[in-house]
Amino acid sequence: MIAVAYCVVIVFLGMIGYLVKFMVQDSQEIINNPANKRQELLAERIVRGDIVSSDGRVLATTETDQKGNETRVYPYKNVFCHVVGRVWNSKTGIELEQSFPLLTSHVNPLKQLSNQLQGQKNQGDIVVTTLNAKLQQIAYDALGNQKGAVVAIEPSTGKVLAMVSKPDYDPNTVRSEWDSLVADEAGNSALLNRATQGLYPPGSTFKILTAMEYMRENPSFDKYRYECSGSDTFGGNVIRCYNGEHHGTVDLKSSLAHSCNGSFAHIGVGLNRKSYRKLCEAFGFNSSLGVKFVSSRSRFVLDEKSDTAEAAQTAIGQGKTTITPLQNALISATIANDGVMMTPYLVDHTESVDGHVVKKYEPQEKRTVISRKRANQVTRMMRSVVSDGTAAALRNLPYPVAGKTGTAEIDSEGTSHAWFVGFAPAADPKIAVSVIVEGAGTGSQYAVPIAAKMLEEYLGN
Amino acid sequence: MDKQEAARKLQELLGNSNTIGVMHSVVVELSKYIIIFLFAVYTWHCFTVFIGRDKERKERVYRHQLKLMFTIHFICSLVLFLNSLHVQIIILYLLQVVLFVFAGKAYPYVYEGMSKIVLNNMLMLLMVGMVMIERLDTESAIRQMIFAAATCVAGLFIPYIIEKFSYFDIFGWFYAIAGLGLLALVFVIGEERYGAKNWVSIGSFALQPSEFVKIIYVFFAAAFLAKAERFKDLVLVTAVAAAHVLILVLEKDLGAALIFYITYLVILYVSTERLSYLLAGLACGSGAAVVAYHLFTHVQNRVIAWRDPWSTIANQGYQVAQSLFAFGTGGWFGMGLGEGMPDKIPVASSDFIISAIGEELGVFFAICVVLVEISCFVMFVNIALKMSRRFYS
Repeated sequence: MIAVAYCVVIVFLGMIGYLVKFMVQDSQEIINNPANKRQELLAERIVRGDIVSSDGRVLATTETDQKGNETRVYPYKNVFCHVVGRVWNSKTGIELEQSFPLLTSHVNPLKQLSNQLQGQKNQGDIVVTTLNAKLQQIAYDALGNQKGAVVAIEPSTGKVLAMVSKPDYDPNTVRSEWDSLVADEAGNSALLNRATQGLYPPGSTFKILTAMEYMRENPSFDKYRYECSGSDTFGGNVIRCYNGEHHGTVDLKSSLAHSCNGSFAHIGVGLNRKSYRKLCEAFGFNSSLGVKFVSSRSRFVLDEKSDTAEAAQTAIGQGKTTITPLQNALISATIANDGVMMTPYLVDHTESVDGHVVKKYEPQEKRTVISRKRANQVTRMMRSVVSDGTAAALRNLPYPVAGKTGTAEIDSEGTSHAWFVGFAPAADPKIAVSVIVEGAGTGSQYAVPIAAKMLEEYLGN
Repeated sequence: MDKQEAARKLQELLGNSNTIGVMHSVVVELSKYIIIFLFAVYTWHCFTVFIGRDKERKERVYRHQLKLMFTIHFICSLVLFLNSLHVQIIILYLLQVVLFVFAGKAYPYVYEGMSKIVLNNMLMLLMVGMVMIERLDTESAIRQMIFAAATCVAGLFIPYIIEKFSYFDIFGWFYAIAGLGLLALVFVIGEERYGAKNWVSIGSFALQPSEFVKIIYVFFAAAFLAKAERFKDLVLVTAVAAAHVLILVLEKDLGAALIFYITYLVILYVSTERLSYLLAGLACGSGAAVVAYHLFTHVQNRVIAWRDPWSTIANQGYQVAQSLFAFGTGGWFGMGLGEGMPDKIPVASSDFIISAIGEELGVFFAICVVLVEISCFVMFVNIALKMSRRFYS
């Protein structure tokens, strides 16, 4: 009898223990769920807090007029529209991710109480992002009127420094423009954050992964040679080098530097598909990135059943592989960080209006994808892309840049997306970038200059 | 009438707008902290009153607990009234006070030497339940009031009945037949709710026969097992218990079936002290649970909601998710009575009332409720251990 009684008491205590665990560990994340309608209740007591950039600029704030009507104001208008998001008509971006913290106040509880007693609202906490407002503005201006996306990450931490997507919209006036944004007669998809949700063929930027897989399977990759005559046939499918160039005898490094399609298609058909796939999946393909914001999964679909032609296409980034600009930036950032992938994040910390830190988000290591040695080898190869390859425009910067261009063909008429991924300074990387310009042309011509402006802003010229 | 409207009306009635507005928010805002503090003190007493042998001190603590209960009751009712300005709230409050005072005086009189802790806890839980139901739905609160009053009065006659029928344990077969009969009643006049056919309506009142049969069932099991000498007796009583469970399964009221099953196992174990029976019973129960999972979709839904409410948030997971939102958003100190959205939680006024309590009165308060329940249970066991006759233990 006593034993049964003890069991029952233990079950009850376990229930209390679980409730406490839920409150301490899980509740903050769970109540931020958009399906939780109770956020509206908090908004009745708290003025939604500000969102600021890492360099102290206000990205979103709430203005209250004399009658007590609140308006959410975005001083940068379109520049941060996707990444910071909006509150009207279902929240997006950081407004969504941090909705509860913004509607929670951590000023002195006594002050809060006294405010409440006087019927005054308390000021919600401030969300300090990892975004650099100046860098964001440079990237935004550099992309100009073109469609595309730019992502910049700090390799050692995973902090997202900039995230631009175009076409865009003004979150201040989204309400009045909503109908036309949704109707989208121009096919702009301005509401979509291309940086995290746009799925593009990676083009030649994918050759970085193909090269890495080749190095893994062939320890003597230094001895690799290929004779490029401008075109080659794989499984009945002709692969041409850009502009019909003949690269002559190339090794692995110069294949990457000059982005030789024949050479990489040749490598691709000989790779162990299972191992190739495993490498890509380790870099983040076919699974969620584990980030707090909305993002699409990049897809790598080549397997043992795929034919030779598809293997060749995949190796040069033209097959069925699709990638988000964020994922592409993350691959570069991982190489830059000696092979250790850091989970990208947008919020550095939240603080109360009286200035004390409420919650600090620490950098999180996702996994070690490749060894430091391999990362350095790949970096050297990506250096040669800048020093004597397709990204030569970056050669004149006062610090070594490592990168890879890409020109992803999307139709038979030669329309292609311009890509650039890379990081700098190569020896001690502070920033990794990924740039895509839709339907613009070659990466060298259209994506590299945008990256150059960003590096100049962030690292100086 | 919502809160703002009530506050405005109050200002109109009493003039001097500013002070009244501040007063109103003082009561509503501060009350939640005060309530939690008072309830915490109450709960503390539940477990510390047994330290020492000073009888007078104990009596003082019991009286103190009652005062705490009445204070919490008053504050909650005041907040409910200020938020709605319904006269019904005042009437209900006064009726509740009459009921609690009556029960508090009459029970110790009828039950000589009863545990004051159990009495105080009974009143406290009754009060918390009433306040919360009143906040959710006044109509249900009136019904709850009637039922509470009726059962409180009925409870006073139990010692008399036991004394009159001092051979309570000879009615074994009577209990068995009455219990099975009542359970089977729903096949004739029952109605289906939430996937199970287990309700009977009488006028505007709806009740679940299984709630009453629970008591008769325990009497039946106790009566038989108290006399059981041979293995044959055990088989017989187990078969009758199984019949109860089977009827409930046929009604698809699996929750009640589980309670009846576990109750029987525990009574069986307590009376025979054979651990093997308990273990075998639990093994069979687990097997039956697997079968039930494959047989009934509403069981599958429960499992889906339990494993991951988030991926099925619009369907099976809705209730669990809303309940977690309620706890999480309310936080340790709650949103304050009338300040949350407990109406978003399906069945908040009965099965999920603890979520509503957690949301508005705070997780600390909800934990105190569980601790009070533990206190009740410990006292029940304590009483049973003191019983000399096998039937009562």
